[in-house]
Amino acid sequence: MNHVTSILSPVAALVLSPLLLGIINRTKAVCAGRCGQPLMQAYWELWKLLHKGAVTSYTTTWIFRAGPMISLAATLTAALLMPFANFDAPIHFAGDFVLFAYLLGLGRFFTVLAALDTGSAFEGMGASREVFFSTMVEPALLLSIAAIAREAIGNSILVDLTAMHHHISGPLWANAGLILIFIAVALFIVMLAECSRIPIDDPNTHLELTMIHEVMVLDHGGPDLAFILYGSAIKMWLLGTLIAGLLLPVTNWLLLDVFLSLTLLFLMAVLVGVVESVMARLRMVRVPQLLAGATTLAILALVLEYRIP
Amino acid sequence: MQLFLFGLAVLIGGGLVSLFCSRWARLANGIGGLSAAAGSILAAIPALQVLATGQPSELYAKNWQLPFASFALQLNPISAWFAAIILSLSALAAIYGIGYMRPYAGKKSLGASWLFYNLLVATMTLVVSARNGMLFMLAWEGMALSSYFLVAFEDEKPNVREAGRVYLIASHLGVAFLLAFFVLVGAQSGSLDFDKIAQTGNFTSQQANVLFLLAIVGFGVKAGFLPLHVWLPDAHPAAPSHVSAVMSGVMIKTGIYGVVLTLSLLGHPPLWWGWLLVAIGATSGVLGVLFALAQHDLKRLLAYHSVENIGIIALGLGVGFLGISLSQPTMATLGFAGALLHVLNHAVFKGLLFLGAGAVIHSSHTASLDQLGGLMKRMPWTAVTFLVGAVAICGLPPLNGFASELLIYVGSFQEEVFSGVGGAVPALAVIGSLAAIGGLAASCFTKAFGVVFLGEPRSENARQGHDPGLLMIFPMVVLAMACLLIGLFAPQVIPYLNPALSLLTHVSQDKLTLSMASATTVLASVTLVACILLGLIGLLAAIRYWLLANRQVGTSPTWDCGFAAPTPHMQYTASSFAEPIVDFHQGILRPSVHFHPPQGLFPDDAALETHTADLFMHGFYARLFGAAGWVASKLSWIQHGRLSLYVLYIALTLLVLLVWYFGIEPAVLPGIN
Repeated sequence: MNHVTSILSPVAALVLSPLLLGIINRTKAVCAGRCGQPLMQAYWELWKLLHKGAVTSYTTTWIFRAGPMISLAATLTAALLMPFANFDAPIHFAGDFVLFAYLLGLGRFFTVLAALDTGSAFEGMGASREVFFSTMVEPALLLSIAAIAREAIGNSILVDLTAMHHHISGPLWANAGLILIFIAVALFIVMLAECSRIPIDDPNTHLELTMIHEVMVLDHGGPDLAFILYGSAIKMWLLGTLIAGLLLPVTNWLLLDVFLSLTLLFLMAVLVGVVESVMARLRMVRVPQLLAGATTLAILALVLEYRIP
Repeated sequence: MQLFLFGLAVLIGGGLVSLFCSRWARLANGIGGLSAAAGSILAAIPALQVLATGQPSELYAKNWQLPFASFALQLNPISAWFAAIILSLSALAAIYGIGYMRPYAGKKSLGASWLFYNLLVATMTLVVSARNGMLFMLAWEGMALSSYFLVAFEDEKPNVREAGRVYLIASHLGVAFLLAFFVLVGAQSGSLDFDKIAQTGNFTSQQANVLFLLAIVGFGVKAGFLPLHVWLPDAHPAAPSHVSAVMSGVMIKTGIYGVVLTLSLLGHPPLWWGWLLVAIGATSGVLGVLFALAQHDLKRLLAYHSVENIGIIALGLGVGFLGISLSQPTMATLGFAGALLHVLNHAVFKGLLFLGAGAVIHSSHTASLDQLGGLMKRMPWTAVTFLVGAVAICGLPPLNGFASELLIYVGSFQEEVFSGVGGAVPALAVIGSLAAIGGLAASCFTKAFGVVFLGEPRSENARQGHDPGLLMIFPMVVLAMACLLIGLFAPQVIPYLNPALSLLTHVSQDKLTLSMASATTVLASVTLVACILLGLIGLLAAIRYWLLANRQVGTSPTWDCGFAAPTPHMQYTASSFAEPIVDFHQGILRPSVHFHPPQGLFPDDAALETHTADLFMHGFYARLFGAAGWVASKLSWIQHGRLSLYVLYIALTLLVLLVWYFGIEPAVLPGIN
């Protein structure tokens, strides 16, 4: 596809990502027998927050105010690297998935620093647990993408996300379907961890038991909180698109591809909502075991790829 | 070469002059520092010329009466790369040192300290430019001794004396292996001149394997490969901060230079050499950063990070070696390019971090993380430069650490996709360990920066923090700018590596530009994305400013859940921040915890102290040397102090030697049967 349509990948991320949050919340409401929030609630929240003032703690420095900006900027830049449906990513080059993972890491670095800037035990606890889980999520993410690269590329020298996306096809699924399923499960667990969903974290509360992501942003308000909310929605969209690209073979019919990708993304949001409804958050000592399990699935997928053909 | 030798002469001469002036402390300080900076800059000019033109400098060779020795110096592109890095960082650290050493003016001999600093810089430069094994070893030994005297600067403190002693012993154990290496090389090829060895040394594969192992251990002690790193966490905190910056930034790179030199001497590497380097890199990297997480002394934490970054460089070298063994030139060039670029990047950001730590210690007189805090408001310049160094060392875009790590990633991806199992397993080990190292380093530096500079001050020491003077701030700002510029302009920096890579991989420069073209496009795209990132940050800042322009913006205390009297002690400390990770890895780290819980109905003070000692030092080396000491103590009955019996020992030894020489080998001496 040419460069003009490649702009549609980040545009889709910018416009449609808060809808994922709405779908998750609506699924949880349906499972709980409630009416639930409107589907567009996340958009109204962003609108409300952008119209508020701000109060900051006098312990904080400019890092507290810069944290949400840098984190959102990093997530937006990462959105430029992720292909969607049949469209290329606007920027793609060999090794861009490393840049993708490290841009998310840059956002996390400054979120944690903004949390430590408040000098509060709450944010400190959230920051401490966040960095602990991220040490286990990074290898899982990069090894999963290494597995996709090995399986999908074959003889081409291009190891970039767009090329991997285009190489997933029906015959590949017939040949190596189990491996792709392992990778998809590992990436799903990575998505749950990065976007702070159950069973790693509870996005509804910030009590001691679930003091991870929600509590890191406890002192932010107004436009800062809007940036953080939007950034997390886009991050969920990007990781969901990564999994959807893995699972969907690319046909060359534009509307069918877009329809299938959107459907799969919304189905994934429904799945996240169902997971949140049927499970409680894992005990803190079990979370590293889950994340290590994701890494093991990725390594297993890699080992299976060296099977004798 | 004339300018190069003149620069070295300025270094050594300036050091001697500074020693003679040590009675006038401020004069000695000024002369020592200025001569170090001037000599380094003068000697760096020829090195930069070699890098710019890609041609090695002329050979400066003088005969020397020592056997096998010749005073042969030459800057080939690899030497020039290392020499330029060594001399630039030494110049900046010298400027910093003038300001740092001023408080010691009446109390210690500054002239002697500057003499040893200049000698250290001169000998490091000689090590990377020597073309003869004997000159190399003498310069190596000079480097070890001068850095020992620098480490032991504050020798009134027992931990500094201990650190110096451990460093001296470890250095010399490494030198023993290097001596064995050079003796065997010289015996096989008949000469110790590097150029002749490369041509005439036909090493059998067995000899080459033994030599490689000797070189890895000997150079690994200096570089800081795990488990040979045990001197690093004691020596770097004990030294003054500008010396720590030089030791950590460039002196340990001479060990990497030695490994690279070994490759050029020994020829085509078998596959297991690359495997060994990848294994060393993975363990050093991951374990180094794990031990760093458990530290609560700022400089000790930075020292363990040096071990981690040497691990990353070893991973790059391993990918390069594997590329040569598997005849994949792209993989080899990318791996070596990543390793050499990381040598530069680590010198820049680790030097910056140690200088920043020095500024913190200079004003608050403590390096303990749990005593610091809130220094961002009191020392803004130090804080911002330290932040740049912290983001760079975690390998985050858009700074320079990301560029070198990306090259190593892309090199290992080439390997994973294109070779068989023999190349793919180490490639996956490289990817997995780089990912793990990245996550752990980010957690460690959020801890280091957050606990030291953010929040509220945890002690009176921290409340006295203030920015140091211009002499100390200027080098930090230069290094921070270098981090950003090297990161953004990495595609322009990479072509200067081409001559060195061509020498290492034996690929001609034309074919090399094809392989490196892929690296350059990758880095150019990263620069584009980095510019977009910086633009977006600016845009969001503008949006935020515009949104809040006419609205109510206020300040209040941090949300404390309604608690009436929050204190700085309620913040997370460094130990508590790292506790989940340290606890998860306690099998390796083995922290010792002393807990005095609150007791009774009206508890008074409670205390918790954790301490993580180096596993290898206490688990392995202490026991090994303890056993050696026990064996030696069993023989101590020989040392009784009676002179008459000592003379008897001499006579007995002489008798045994005479009997052996005449009795067992009669044919050696003519005319005697």
